[in-house]
Amino acid sequence: MVGKLLGVPGEHDYRMRRVSSTPTSNWVLVTPDQLSLESLATWATRPNCGAVVTFSGVVRDHSRTRENVIALEYETSIEMAEKRIHEVVDEARVRWPSLEAVAIHHRVGRVELSDATVIVAVSSPHRDDAFDAARYCIDTLKVSVPMWKRELWEGGSAWSDESSPIVNARDR
Amino acid sequence: MARLLLLGPAREAAGVRNDVFEGPTMEAVLSEAVTRYGAKFEAVLEVSQVWLNGEPANLETAVESYDEIAVLPPISGG
Repeated sequence: MVGKLLGVPGEHDYRMRRVSSTPTSNWVLVTPDQLSLESLATWATRPNCGAVVTFSGVVRDHSRTRENVIALEYETSIEMAEKRIHEVVDEARVRWPSLEAVAIHHRVGRVELSDATVIVAVSSPHRDDAFDAARYCIDTLKVSVPMWKRELWEGGSAWSDESSPIVNARDR
Repeated sequence: MARLLLLGPAREAAGVRNDVFEGPTMEAVLSEAVTRYGAKFEAVLEVSQVWLNGEPANLETAVESYDEIAVLPPISGG
């Protein structure tokens, strides 16, 4: 049911996909719904992989210039953002050909304190490639995917000043 | 008519997320957008990238009907 709600491509239940002979290898999603790192890790677990590396970025209570942050609000074009995240995944596969499953999910809209804003899961036969690729995916997403973060506090809000010009995934 | 997509601080400065403009070039559309939205938008535009149909484009690029021009300020995802 969780997999169905999250829109796993091609199957109705991600738990069945894990033992499928031809599992989908990429799972990119930009959504206003809550993210599930557990679902992603389970989906990325494959019989030929000894490593599943996951990353979760969560809302913290401060930024470089502000205390008492209570939530973040993300704005994007979902179509544009998903296309650019796919480019990150494609480039990761060029750099680490051993990767099996690669998933990146990102929230849009308001995200509350300590909730996940972005999650990444990467599986590969050995851990080095999974660690390196997961790090590449989150670092590259932050500088290549059109997404804008607004910090919210009691009584006000402002765009994050931790912003950067857009680069292409293959140029990082 | 080409569609202009304004996101994040560009959307806030312009006061709209979507608008429509006549071409014939990117430069003409953006110049008209500055006239329409004012100095605050112009300041955001100066630090933004401008894409045509999902790809970076320069100011001389011709704009056709149904093209989508996106104004993308520096990003802060993740």
